[in-house]
Amino acid sequence: MLKVFEKLGERGLLFLEQAGRMGVFLGYCLFCLISPPYKLRPVVRQIQFIGSRSVFVILFTGAFTGMVLALQGYYTLRKFGSEGLLGSAVALSLIRELGPVVAALMVIGRAGSAICAEIGIMRNSEQIDALECMAIDPCRYLMVPKFIAAVISMPLLTFIFDVVGIIGGYLIGVVLLGVNAGTFWQSMYSSVAWQDVQMGLIKSLVFGLLIVWIATAKGFYLHLERTGGFGAEGVSRNTTNAVVLSSVSVLIWDYLITSWML
Amino acid sequence: MSEEQGNVVIELADVDKYFGRQHVLKGVNLQVREGTTTLIVGASGQGKSVILKHMLGLIKPDGGKVEVFGKDLARISKKELKEIRTQFGVLFQNAALFDSMTVYDNVALPLRERTAASAEKIRDNVMEKLAMMDLENAGEKYPAQLSGGMQKRVGLARALVLSPKIVFFDEPTTGLDVHKSNEIYRLFYRTQEKLKYTAVIVSHDVPKIFKLADAVALIADGVIQGCMSPERFQLSDNPRIRDFVETTMGPIYSSEKEESSLYETV
Ligand SMILES: Nc1ncnc2c1ncn2[C@@H]1O[C@H](COP(=O)(O)OP(=O)(O)O)[C@@H](O)[C@H]1O
Ligand SMILES: [Mg+2]
Repeated sequence: MLKVFEKLGERGLLFLEQAGRMGVFLGYCLFCLISPPYKLRPVVRQIQFIGSRSVFVILFTGAFTGMVLALQGYYTLRKFGSEGLLGSAVALSLIRELGPVVAALMVIGRAGSAICAEIGIMRNSEQIDALECMAIDPCRYLMVPKFIAAVISMPLLTFIFDVVGIIGGYLIGVVLLGVNAGTFWQSMYSSVAWQDVQMGLIKSLVFGLLIVWIATAKGFYLHLERTGGFGAEGVSRNTTNAVVLSSVSVLIWDYLITSWML
Repeated sequence: MSEEQGNVVIELADVDKYFGRQHVLKGVNLQVREGTTTLIVGASGQGKSVILKHMLGLIKPDGGKVEVFGKDLARISKKELKEIRTQFGVLFQNAALFDSMTVYDNVALPLRERTAASAEKIRDNVMEKLAMMDLENAGEKYPAQLSGGMQKRVGLARALVLSPKIVFFDEPTTGLDVHKSNEIYRLFYRTQEKLKYTAVIVSHDVPKIFKLADAVALIADGVIQGCMSPERFQLSDNPRIRDFVETTMGPIYSSEKEESSLYETV
């Protein structure tokens, strides 16, 4: 019995240690972010990596999410004889919930894992030590461009996701299932308010920050993480952990923001 | 020859270091004087790289202190540490090149990040350093496309590009053939002549590297057994040092007895 408490205590301490470390890391990165010098080129490169290269995946998943929403929504709404509300159902679910969340999960899979692995490998092969010895701040040089890029890219990707999703919903609802086009747009127009867009925007900003924070911090502190693996295996386990942790955090924060804003 | 001249730029005083339960450094005392070349020798796994990392401020000692330019590395702010490190050039044991950048960008990085030099100035400086290392044609290659010796030369070029005051070399020639390691020594000699930096070298390449060193320190059993000029080092009567000198410089294969003792240590 005592053993159990001992293990729990140890786990708790490890957790606190990690949380503290990541908090300090975030604070320092944000400090570097707002203090000069500012460099544009690395940010553009990271936007290309995190943002542009995710566009195709976002287009694809966005279209299918919208289509399946329309399909499910149509048969549910028809039971109550209110197919006319389909436009509003599709748009609200996308803008408030599915757009930010699914886009974030896609970015975690595409960019978050890559960032964590990249920085973890740099830590492993002493490249981060080399940076420090050259008096180049790794946070400023490596992390800040990724932070800025994620916070810029995430809302834009979410916006693309929403738009494509609504078009997908239109195709299924109106073209395939025969809902009146006018009613579809009218119900959307009358039900989507500025607050809904605002909620989506805030979510995407928070998710962008969460994703890049967890990916970079996990990679940066690879040598302190007790993943149970070393070298290449350590990097792979650490990356998996980062993906799981950021996906879970995104869903938790999604709930928190929703309950706060509704 | 120069043991008593020049200011002390790096001083380790009673440095203790544990990794878990392993007591790696047990009170290391070492001084590095300005303008000299200090050589650290010792068997593999004795903590030579760990000593170097203490000097670089990458590892904090569990006991004792490390002073560079008179400042205790464990007590200064991040900013001061960064200030001190602007004077450093480091060649890591595994070169630690940025493997997603070309050779040219690797060497140019310190200039781009730490100075406000124009692109042409940077190009001139980098090309000069690459030429010094006979790497003019490798600028567009990536580190993974280079041989081990070339990687070390790129690391050397990167370490020297900002004219550092102290340069650290962790096993600059280990794993290279005789020809390549002679070349590294030649480059080292030439660049030190020109840039007049203080050098701290960790190396196994014993008889040869003695010619370049002003002071030699042997680490064994977690302590520095002695730090003295190469001539005195070879004649020292400290049993550990004598042992080291005999096994590395003596006629190893001359007798059966020594050959068998060699197999025992391997
Ligand atoms: N980061 C580390 N974690 C745990 N042990 C380490 C670490 N770095 C070095 N050691 C241990 O310290 C000892 C000295 O290592 P090192 O300085 O690399 O040896 P060398 O003299 O060959 O350079 C070795 O036994 C090694 O296992
Ligand atoms: Mg070593």
